[in-house]
Amino acid sequence: MHRTGELSGQFQTLEQQKDSATLGMWIFLATEILFFGGLFLTYTINRHTYASMFAEASRTLDLKLGGFNTVVLIGSSLTMAMAVWSAQVGKKKLVTLFLILTLLLGCVFLGVKAIEYKQKFDENHVPGLNFQFEKNADQATNAHAQLFFSLYFGMTGLHALHMVIGAGLLVWLIKQSMAGRFTPQYNTPVENVGLYWHFVDIVWIYLFPLLYLIDRH
Amino acid sequence: MSEHIVSPKLYLLIFLALMVLTGTTVYAATVDLNHYYRGLNVIVALVIAACKALLVVLFFMHAYYSSKRTQLIIVAGVFWLAIMLSLTLGDYASRSWDVH
Amino acid sequence: MSATMSTTPPQSPGYQLPKEHYLNATYGIRSWLLTTDHKRIALLYLASVTFFFFVGGIFATMIRIHLLTPQGYLVTPETYNKLFTMHGVAMIFFFLIPSIPAVLGNFLIPLMIGAKDVAFPKLNLLSWYIYITGGCFVLYSFATGGLDTGWTFYTPLSSVYSNSAVTPAILGIFINGFSSILTGLNFVVTIHTMRAPGMTWFRLPLFVWAQYSTSIIFILGTPVIAITLLLAGLERMFHLGFFNPALGGDPILFQHLFWFYSHPAVYIMILPAMGVVSEIIPTFARKPIFGYTFIAASSIAIAVIGFFVWAHHMFLTGESTYAALAFSLLSYLVAIPSAVKVFNWTSTLYKGSISYDTPMLYALGFIGLFLIGGLTGLFLACLGLDIHIHDTYFVVAHFHYIMVGGAVMGYVGGLHFWWPKITGKIYPEFLARLAAVILFIGFNLTFFPQFILGYLGMPRRYHDYPPEFQVLNVMSTAGASILALGYLLPMLYLTWSMRYGKVAGPNPWPATGLEWRTPSPPPTENFEVTPVVNWEPYDYKNRPDLGLATPTAPTLAPAHGDD
Repeated sequence: MHRTGELSGQFQTLEQQKDSATLGMWIFLATEILFFGGLFLTYTINRHTYASMFAEASRTLDLKLGGFNTVVLIGSSLTMAMAVWSAQVGKKKLVTLFLILTLLLGCVFLGVKAIEYKQKFDENHVPGLNFQFEKNADQATNAHAQLFFSLYFGMTGLHALHMVIGAGLLVWLIKQSMAGRFTPQYNTPVENVGLYWHFVDIVWIYLFPLLYLIDRH
Repeated sequence: MSEHIVSPKLYLLIFLALMVLTGTTVYAATVDLNHYYRGLNVIVALVIAACKALLVVLFFMHAYYSSKRTQLIIVAGVFWLAIMLSLTLGDYASRSWDVH
Repeated sequence: MSATMSTTPPQSPGYQLPKEHYLNATYGIRSWLLTTDHKRIALLYLASVTFFFFVGGIFATMIRIHLLTPQGYLVTPETYNKLFTMHGVAMIFFFLIPSIPAVLGNFLIPLMIGAKDVAFPKLNLLSWYIYITGGCFVLYSFATGGLDTGWTFYTPLSSVYSNSAVTPAILGIFINGFSSILTGLNFVVTIHTMRAPGMTWFRLPLFVWAQYSTSIIFILGTPVIAITLLLAGLERMFHLGFFNPALGGDPILFQHLFWFYSHPAVYIMILPAMGVVSEIIPTFARKPIFGYTFIAASSIAIAVIGFFVWAHHMFLTGESTYAALAFSLLSYLVAIPSAVKVFNWTSTLYKGSISYDTPMLYALGFIGLFLIGGLTGLFLACLGLDIHIHDTYFVVAHFHYIMVGGAVMGYVGGLHFWWPKITGKIYPEFLARLAAVILFIGFNLTFFPQFILGYLGMPRRYHDYPPEFQVLNVMSTAGASILALGYLLPMLYLTWSMRYGKVAGPNPWPATGLEWRTPSPPPTENFEVTPVVNWEPYDYKNRPDLGLATPTAPTLAPAHGDD
């Protein structure tokens, strides 16, 4: 991920440099699998223990907004993939365009997420802040519903944090792309940020059914 | 090193498949599959999610065209996750078998 | 080949330090704090892990003084809880885990594989800053109320009941985790892509194989402790319920997540030490290592199997009997690759021409102490026996045999072995041997009585004990003071030698590794020309130029394929 695409001192060839960057990115994504994995394990065990409460709490989430966000995020993966393709075939203007599109879709996702969080805040569904699942809910109901919402905020929050970092990386790419840096010979940064972006997409692909779709019948 | 260039057509196709699968998973959640087999709803949801993830990894992330080494790293990440999930869940699942 | 060999003539006096090397290439504090040279970063780590070793050592000293008398000599029970916790946290997260990988690994991996640097030098420096940031948080916790949860941070004690400074400590360890992850990532990529021409996978030094295995654990284990501690920290800050039974959470889940990393973390500590020993043994037995492939493969095997055994820490905490059985059996499996290593080291020694230089003393000490530590580990993996000795001093003795007798012996031995390479100077041999012997005696006197104490039933983490245990406790404390002397000596003479030591020359032992074919200390770029490797590892048979007593090959025959 060298800024100029020139050869860094520790490498012998550009190919070796690219190879290292790609390998490093994939290894980083492997650590991310385990990082989110701990959350998924916590989720699984709690959902199993409090199945009906999790189903009930899940129904309070806005399916329409969640579904819309899923489409938006998968769409942003498509534009990201197209940005990589544009760089590979040397269409410099298209690279910038697709990167900007990806960034926009990412921002839409985050905006919708903010709306959802606001709703939950108004409903007193934010753990630790006067949490109250329903009016006159007993202590056990509140505790178990709070577990669901702790996981909801934990998982989507960590996911959103990854999105924010991804958006920052996109801004950085767009700046370079506008300077015409990315060519068929040199596009490792686009490719690697792309890998990261797709990974974040995959996390959401799991989060959506696990959080929004527990029991909608 | 010649890298594989995936055509935009294929990308679009994958995107459409992902959309269809998203629709399917939402629809499946509205049907009471647990009625047929306990836990079928979540199984269906996870299988669909796995298919979507696989499509993204293989084509958007080019894993299908990548080196064996890259594929090994993906498998290792998933395998280690599987170790953590399966052994821990094994503990929880087998607690009810205990004879006291 | 002969061209490269002529740069490392047999040992002869009158060496001079190279005019320019990595230590004097640039000057000033900025040139150190902003360096991307892996060798300088290694020295930054050396200074910082030594600092944390001191911090942890002071707590250990206080623990041992306190336990001189049955009712406790020095501190209140509450303070005692803090002492053993802070000892564990400082030693495990900030000394043992980074010690060999971040100091010796950083210094040696590029040199051993013939690279100019690691693959991502800036990331390497960032790792050190992350480590320091995490360390500051933990020191802040120590200074403002201390930490009394035990190094394991079991919930709900850590997340609800403890009144000590848990949050900054958890944050510090969370942050420090990313230093481990990035170091592991850097090493794996470096070993994959930066090897010199001819440096094939099976020509890699076994130290590099050990580091590779360690890095696998860094990469795949550390993220789990990071997320676990993050959840525990959030639970404490916002009164959430993930692991709090009062709110429907599950404390055993915390233990699963915690040990999924923290058991493999034991192998983070011991694997690199095994790598060091695999370098030292053939050098001072003047023989090719026995069973190279098996040692390399057993490192990987330990790293992988190490992830299947974690719940043997939880036999008594409510996991299912069936899971306990499975984890007990799986734990025995780790003994196989470990035994393979001990067997191969011993076979390497067989009919070797052994010299007892200081690094060799540490390596031999390692084999013996690791053997005791490993075998007592099998006692603990045994379900029936573990019920009796769980949470007793038997456990304390066992893991100190692994971590101090194993990992620290390997680290100190490795520091001695590569000290001439790092500084270009030789330490005083007599003092060094004396220190090694003192360490060995002090260590055994400290921890062997603890096996007996544990077997007799003295529980760990208690500030007092029945009077009949006093003799053994006093023995242990006496041993600890000898041990302290054993650690202070090397710190003194190694520091002394940096200025006053004899000049070492490129290959003082001599040894076959690539790192010995460049000047000591090496130039910033490591090698003047990119080396080309056309020999097999540990090829002491075919290296009469190294001044062996009985070279078997009279000429400089190319040494391919006869290993």
